Amino acid sequence: MIASLETSSELQRRRAKARWFRRLCQVLTWLCLVLLALLLVHATREGLPWLNVGFLTEFPSRFPERAGIKSALVGTLWLISLTALVSIPFGVAAAVYLEEYAGKNRLNSLIEVSIANLAGVPSIVYGILGLTVFVRWLALGRSVLAGALTMSLLILPVIIIASREALRAVPGSIRHAAFALGATRWQTTRHHVLPAALPGILTGTILALSRAIGETAPLIMIGALTYVAFVPEGPMDAFTALPIQIFNWVSRPQPEFHELAAAGIVVLLTVLLMMNAVAVLIRHRSSRDLQ
Amino acid sequence: MTAAMVSTRGSVPAIAETAPVLEARDVTIRYGEKTAIDRVNLTAPEYKITAIIGPSGCGKSTFIRAFNRMNDFIQGTSLSGDLLYRGIDIYAPETDPVEVRRRIGMVFQKPNPFPKSIFKNVSWGPIINGFKGDVHGLVESSLRKAALWDEVADRLDESALSLSGGQQQRLCIARALALQPEVLLMDEPASALDPVSTARIEDLLFELKKRYTIVIVTHNMQQAARVSDFTAFLDTGKMVEFGETDQVFTRPKEKRTEDYVSGRFG
Amino acid sequence: MSSTILESPRAMEGGTAAPDLRRKRMRSWREESIKAVLFLCALLSVAVTIAIIVVLVKEALTFLQSVNVWGFLFGTRWTPLLEPRSFGVLPLLGGTFLIVLGSALIGIPIGLASAVYLSEYATNRVRGIVKPILEILAGIPTVVYGYFALTFITPLIRIVLPGTNIFNAASASIVVGIMVLPMVASLCDDALRAVPDSLRQGAYAVGATHLAVSTRVVVPAALSGVMASFVLALSRAVGETMAVTIAAGATPKLTLNPLESIQTMTAYIVQVSLGDTPVGTVEYQTIFAVGMLLFVVTLIANIGAHRILRRFREVYE
Repeated sequence: MIASLETSSELQRRRAKARWFRRLCQVLTWLCLVLLALLLVHATREGLPWLNVGFLTEFPSRFPERAGIKSALVGTLWLISLTALVSIPFGVAAAVYLEEYAGKNRLNSLIEVSIANLAGVPSIVYGILGLTVFVRWLALGRSVLAGALTMSLLILPVIIIASREALRAVPGSIRHAAFALGATRWQTTRHHVLPAALPGILTGTILALSRAIGETAPLIMIGALTYVAFVPEGPMDAFTALPIQIFNWVSRPQPEFHELAAAGIVVLLTVLLMMNAVAVLIRHRSSRDLQ
Repeated sequence: MTAAMVSTRGSVPAIAETAPVLEARDVTIRYGEKTAIDRVNLTAPEYKITAIIGPSGCGKSTFIRAFNRMNDFIQGTSLSGDLLYRGIDIYAPETDPVEVRRRIGMVFQKPNPFPKSIFKNVSWGPIINGFKGDVHGLVESSLRKAALWDEVADRLDESALSLSGGQQQRLCIARALALQPEVLLMDEPASALDPVSTARIEDLLFELKKRYTIVIVTHNMQQAARVSDFTAFLDTGKMVEFGETDQVFTRPKEKRTEDYVSGRFG
Repeated sequence: MSSTILESPRAMEGGTAAPDLRRKRMRSWREESIKAVLFLCALLSVAVTIAIIVVLVKEALTFLQSVNVWGFLFGTRWTPLLEPRSFGVLPLLGGTFLIVLGSALIGIPIGLASAVYLSEYATNRVRGIVKPILEILAGIPTVVYGYFALTFITPLIRIVLPGTNIFNAASASIVVGIMVLPMVASLCDDALRAVPDSLRQGAYAVGATHLAVSTRVVVPAALSGVMASFVLALSRAVGETMAVTIAAGATPKLTLNPLESIQTMTAYIVQVSLGDTPVGTVEYQTIFAVGMLLFVVTLIANIGAHRILRRFREVYE
């Protein structure tokens, strides 16, 4: 009983179908590049004409020709600095605890589950949390501090997860060598594990902060003002931020403001590009050092 | 030459001075359900090299790691019986593992220097343990004792990872010696090295035993025969035979020992 | 030269006395307090989770004292800020659903196709170009996507379909689709690469084409990872805020027509926050009621995705 073999035309059809499938996947993949290019080109073309020194040093105004993003830029700077100050210590400390100290008990499982869930909570829910806890209960008002605390909670899971990866990548043999010399766990962690994990932690932190820079919704919730003609002088001052200013301009009907928004986007993307470049540089240099 | 230390149950030296440096009495070690070491007895006399041999998987590494409480880091390990250092119970509740490891040092199978300079590798241990004296002098004397000083004296600030495998292992020995321990535990210290480096380490052991008590795990029988004064043969977690090396290799008391040392299995 | 010798523990103890192996109190205390501090930092995450739940539940319950639960969940008119007031949340859910559907239609096929191409066909050089592009797409802030939707995609759609509203669900969906496709691509890529090569080799050995191997062997083997990525993408689309606020509109209505303007749950919350709603009013509480709904939906989706992912990992690790 001979099983019927494929005819050669059937085989050709199968092969043709396979070629089409491959082409389809290829096209769809390169479509991503096309979409990215479209987005960047469009924003740059619209925004570049408005981009000059005046733009960076002026406050926003009702008149598009006189508008600038100085307050937004300074506000973002304040925001990121405070956010980094709060989120990095807590995030790295939590990661160190989970990787180096925690045993397998129910409380520690609960912590891990919490972190995993928090990573998936929409950013606007963090905004609601920040509004209630920081602006109202702690009476911090619509300040940069409230914004920074809210942002810190938002990126905390990201920092913890990235730091844990970096710690996990440190070989166990280094810890064993340290323990065998009579070191305590903290001495081992502080002198050997953390320094070895530092590039990974830095990279993860920078990427987390670059995500925070682009977030708008939580800041809207806690009341970052959308029309601000001053720069914050202290953590309790009101503020605005780059994405908020962009949102404000985009929401207006006049096309000139849309072009201003594009200019703001160019600035924002440039800042992000620089941060990501630094992160990639750190990653490359550290992997080169290990060789 | 003290009297033969063949395992005897029940004889307990009363005074610390004449107690053997390391002693294991009816030690059983379990990982969860699995028994890795089953009622093993052993004594390691001062200034002698005691070798532990046996086929792979017989529990040699588990056993030696118990002496400096490195098994504490593996979850689910349980230990019964007594492990004594100069008559003191290593596993007593009030015993600090850090204090144990200051006195009982360890060299691992695969060299694991810290990714720091050669100098820092050797100086770190003493410094975190509170050493306040001449650090340079300590580093130099430790590197000399490990027969590495001449090769690295002019590049102490270079990374330890730039050394060869054999040099790295001698660095690890120097690092352990810098703490001035009494005992050196060595878990197959030469098995990851080339024959030339292995020979150098073995020569080093003859020098070291003048000042330290050494317990060495090895799967290389010739090495055990060459280097050690006493040999213990472990098989599937049980102590088959323990006695003077000479006797264990030429006139073994157990048939299984004879089979192993003549290469019939393992 | 004599100080080169570390105070040997034996020497310190006088050489003959029994060694003192007991815990040194200072060191022990310091270690314990460091561990406690680190533990509290880790516990913060649990505290935040509890805080979110408490904040949302508290105000949502107050809200439900003024508004009937069934009217809220199943009502079809959402006009909390206009008279006559109505608190039926279905239009917002419908708006979110429409966006999620549209973004899934774009993000999932492209993301999966990219992952298949990257893991089954592409050379390392191509991977080296495409993967960074995907990372960049993932890193672009959502305001930028909203801008792109409003100023580029909507005009394009209006050229093709002139009846389209300036604010419409379609352009927002497209842009949210672009936002989630890197996530789908990256997770599916990981899942497909985790499939052992032996499975592929076996299929090739019986004469299967590349197409057949990819679609009939590899993807099914990586199915849980792939499905988990879809669920995570949907969850992300549900939570998306700025792009839909900018491009999709502020008119809550139940419709399946993507060319109309709608309002999602997230956009509504933004709208209320931008206004001057006084604290303590029912209108203010709608933030929390809708927020609670949003949180529950994404929580269920995320838990589901992680369960699927965990089952997937067990198979391959």
